[in-house]
Amino acid sequence: MAKPAVLTHPESLKRPAGPSEYAKDPVNASLSKAEKIALYTKMARIRHFEQRCIRIYQQGKIGGFLHLYVGQEAVAAGTISLLGKHDHIITGYRDHGHGLMVGMGMNECMAELTGRIGGCSQGKGGSMHYFAPDKNYWGGHGIVGGQAPLGTGLAYAVKYMGLKGSCLAYMGDGAVNQGAVHEAYNLAALWDLPIIFVIENNGYSMGTSQERSTAHPGCLAKRAEGYGMAWDVINGHDVYEVRAKTAVALRRAHEESKPTVLEIFTYRYFGHSMADPDKTYRDKEEIKEYRDKKDPVLLFEQELLREKVLTPELSQKINDAAMAEADKAAVFADESPDPTVADITKHIYWEEDNRGPDTTSRGTIIFE
Amino acid sequence: MAVISYREALRAAMREELKRDDKVVIMGEEVAQFNGAYKVTEGLLKEFGPKRVVDTPISEAGFIGLGIGASMLGIRPVMELMFWSFSYVAFDQIVNNAGNIRYMSGGLINCPIVIRGPANGGTNVGATHSHTPEAILASHPGIKVVCPATPYDAKGLMKAAIRDNDPVYVMENTILYNDKGEVPDEDYIVPLGVADVKRVGTDLTIVAHGRAVITSLKAAEILEKEHGVSVEVVDLRSIRPLDEETILASVRKTHRALLVEENKPFCGVDAQVAYLIQSKAFDELDAPIHRVSSIDAPQIYCKRMEDLQMPNVERVVAEALKVLA
Ligand SMILES: Cc1ncc(C[n+]2csc(CCOP(=O)(O)OP(=O)(O)O)c2C)c(N)n1
Ligand SMILES: [Mg+2]
Repeated sequence: MAKPAVLTHPESLKRPAGPSEYAKDPVNASLSKAEKIALYTKMARIRHFEQRCIRIYQQGKIGGFLHLYVGQEAVAAGTISLLGKHDHIITGYRDHGHGLMVGMGMNECMAELTGRIGGCSQGKGGSMHYFAPDKNYWGGHGIVGGQAPLGTGLAYAVKYMGLKGSCLAYMGDGAVNQGAVHEAYNLAALWDLPIIFVIENNGYSMGTSQERSTAHPGCLAKRAEGYGMAWDVINGHDVYEVRAKTAVALRRAHEESKPTVLEIFTYRYFGHSMADPDKTYRDKEEIKEYRDKKDPVLLFEQELLREKVLTPELSQKINDAAMAEADKAAVFADESPDPTVADITKHIYWEEDNRGPDTTSRGTIIFE
Repeated sequence: MAVISYREALRAAMREELKRDDKVVIMGEEVAQFNGAYKVTEGLLKEFGPKRVVDTPISEAGFIGLGIGASMLGIRPVMELMFWSFSYVAFDQIVNNAGNIRYMSGGLINCPIVIRGPANGGTNVGATHSHTPEAILASHPGIKVVCPATPYDAKGLMKAAIRDNDPVYVMENTILYNDKGEVPDEDYIVPLGVADVKRVGTDLTIVAHGRAVITSLKAAEILEKEHGVSVEVVDLRSIRPLDEETILASVRKTHRALLVEENKPFCGVDAQVAYLIQSKAFDELDAPIHRVSSIDAPQIYCKRMEDLQMPNVERVVAEALKVLA
């Protein structure tokens, strides 16, 4: 397999984690104390939400697949914290963190996992299929890479309507090998669409390390060059760096209507999904190394303690509150009723759900 | 005879064919080092090495297309789709290329590929991961489709598929992977296009395939015990080729038919079977043909509702009683 001579990784990743080199970047320096605390709070909420999910899953109340975001919080937090009214996002099945970041409630998120009517999709989508279009969040997609063309379409629509906006389309390091992703790249570059393709490179696609899945010229983002697109690599353990570099791409989208590919280096602490025993393809030491030395939530906490934005007491309070919120959501997810059999055939067609005097089409559309 | 699981039966079939024919190659996502997402290919890398058992990137259109191309030169790829739901990103390769190449070349080129993997609902994974494309694929001449319900059939059909010179798509079921059953120690195949009467009866014929066979067998048990009805269960095993004669012979005997499948009703496999029965055994019928399929909606996530959306024993019993009324 083609092994590139030089790996193109973020400079900051080559050094031990310490104070962020991007704290002074304008997008970060301009944050108020309250905004920084809010950002930390959101990261902590993602962490505690996911950890609560593990318990519910182990109690057998969540079935199917559950892909956790623990370890990757700074990616969703950093990128989404920059977005405005006309910026949209779309991602794959590892979608809880993005949902909480755009402002979805823990209750609706948790109840979706238990398949209840109080879930964000009324128990119809499940863990992999969160949606909140009112918050510019277009899913939650289960088929690897399938969201990349959709995100390109969202960016197209933004441009078409003459709005100063963008779309952030997230995908994994394995997803970059889907044909649909390359077709989306070409369209985005060809038509100057305001999109940022965000590759969340956590090193593995299921049990396959990135080296075993992907031929690349030093990094995954660099493939953008083949399409004449701008690209960058980002240390995803440092939320300040994520913000600083994403802001550049966002400006490119807003001001020039040009696409960017960002590769954000991150790590997942748990198996691919809860169904993955995570025993064969990486060693415990590697996980421990990341948890101990590069944890994005911990690093940001330390950053804010150094900046005297946080105190240990305040941090404790924030984390306790997030845990309590997750506990409450777990109760809600338990108590919210199931959908009914009649609900199974709702939400299939707009027209069926909105039949009235103006309805023109006839004929059977739901079959027995 | 050994008692082994459906999963082990599939693995044994691949293992024996890998040994028998050095043109056989196993390929797919996570099939080698990870031993398969559902452990069907467990141990094959170790035994046969990386030339015969190959991990691929998540590029279904690419690697399935590659397998089809390799089969044109005489390789016999057995490609795993982690789920048949993911075949949709490779649909052009699977349908347009594999299904048409022999025809369009006037018979000059063959495509002896096997594509296999689970195709089922019932596992609480939502609409994108619960597709059952056997009817869609079988509607394309040039393609063969089989749906084993038991370990015996899984092994026999898989071996027949690998030896077949046409594209054969094997649809497995994650819920059946742990089911156990007797499987002969000696080499055997289950020929494509041969249905199996899984239970003999006289009052009603149930035609089913895949896990619906297991559901129907349980329903037949209840119908016998609680309602004194003798039910015959015909397992199609193979969707295309379809064993029309076994279906018709059973209906000629019982004069009543209930068709059970886990597909959504529109243009399901049973639509074809119902047409067959009415066209070739119309005078034999004492009652209209009934069917039980999944409630016509994308697969719902909520587990409790999904269990009701799909054919279950209660629904099959209730519908059978209507046919018998
Ligand atoms: C088309 C398709 N093929 C295969 C899968 C099964 N699958 C789900 S996630 C995954 C790995 C993806 O890895 P990556 O893109 O790195 O994202 P990560 O899970 O690491 O976030 C695979 C193979 C799928 N959902 N869709
Ligand atoms: Mg990954």
